[in-house]
Amino acid sequence: MESHNINVSVNGVDYKTSADPRMTLLDLLRQTLKFTGTHVGCEHGVCGACTVIIGGEAVRSCLVLAVQAEGLEVQTVEGLGHEDGSPGILQDAFRDAHGLQCGYCTPGMLMAAHALLQVTPNPTDEDIREAIGGNICRCTGYTQIIDSIRLAAERLQEASS
Amino acid sequence: MKPAPFNYICARSLDEAITHLSQAGDEGLILAGGQTLVPMLAMRLARPSVVIDINRIDSLFGIAQTDEGLQINTCTRQNHALKFLIESDEASLLAKALPYVGHHQTRNRGTVGGSLAHGDPASELPLIAVALDAEMTLRSPTQTRKVVASEFYTGPMTTSRQFDECLTKVVFPAWDPSEKVGCGFQEVSQRHGDYAIVAAAAQVLLNSSGVCKRVAISVGGASGVPVRLRAAEEILTSNVVTTELIGDALGDMASALDPATDQQASAAYRRRVSRVLVERVILEAINAAGGNL
Repeated sequence: MESHNINVSVNGVDYKTSADPRMTLLDLLRQTLKFTGTHVGCEHGVCGACTVIIGGEAVRSCLVLAVQAEGLEVQTVEGLGHEDGSPGILQDAFRDAHGLQCGYCTPGMLMAAHALLQVTPNPTDEDIREAIGGNICRCTGYTQIIDSIRLAAERLQEASS
Repeated sequence: MKPAPFNYICARSLDEAITHLSQAGDEGLILAGGQTLVPMLAMRLARPSVVIDINRIDSLFGIAQTDEGLQINTCTRQNHALKFLIESDEASLLAKALPYVGHHQTRNRGTVGGSLAHGDPASELPLIAVALDAEMTLRSPTQTRKVVASEFYTGPMTTSRQFDECLTKVVFPAWDPSEKVGCGFQEVSQRHGDYAIVAAAAQVLLNSSGVCKRVAISVGGASGVPVRLRAAEEILTSNVVTTELIGDALGDMASALDPATDQQASAAYRRRVSRVLVERVILEAINAAGGNL
């Protein structure tokens, strides 16, 4: 089992690292690169807690091998805040509309929502439900999460107009 | 939950991938979207010595309408296929079934060929492939061969693919576009995005007098492989389809199925739901083709 060199961009910063083939992108992000905002949930693609964005699309980082990230651009929840470290518009909306309870699913929900809002700035509730349909909230706080994403969409549109 | 150790090869061409696959004997596995394989690795249900990644082979991506039908190259992401079908206004069985394949995030990564080659008896794409007599192309170091879907699937997660073969593309043959084609898809699962407990698909072709010129019906989750209901198809073909005729056609459908009992549902439940779903997809297809039932 040979370790492989990996060049990967995370939140716009290039990293040179290496990993054994069996390491997932999730573990590379958390253990090697210390982006611990991405949460480990089920580790077999069912819960959505580990969702990150690769090339603009939300994917599960537990179902991508670290070696497959060679040359790719990955965005994690750490990339959603403002440059000064304060929460971004989407994160603020989750706080204001009570979209977080225990917080375990939150990074995955945020990344799924961020990917949605990039391509669908004015989503219907159905669009939002579809986008987060693969993310499990163990507190079952889905209604507030949908409210949060709708609020974020409104604020993002106001900010851009 | 971590995979057992394996070697990783990122193939840059199909020839390179097949060569490595052949050299690995039955110890090699192809990594397409990884949405099923990586969980199987993590749970150690799969313990290959070599994993051959085909995600960097450009020729394995792409979806297009050709003279033969809808051609989907193996690594085409499920969501890209769905987007293509929606943008081309294609009200096809595939367009109806693809939203049921996993979730948005797994479809962003999961591939059409990967799902077809894995061959879970309760997954949607093999069901559609069997319904529409999709033609699968397999490449080995020595030959390229084509297999029709109903002969490709031989058992649960078992196909006629040899260890040194790679599924490179699938073609869904087009039906006569001058007649009215309609299709129906229905599924029962615990949650949207789960594998089906039972799923059914139908496509019909009606002529201007409402006579059924051609019909294809398949059921998934009710046997070790997706099953075509050919006896029912024969009864419906060349007739004006009525609810009574559908009842006659499905009278003996239980004999074509061999459902299993598991933690999700009993065999008896699967048999009963199969019958209900098949009836619904036939009605859905007939009505979509301009019929009135």
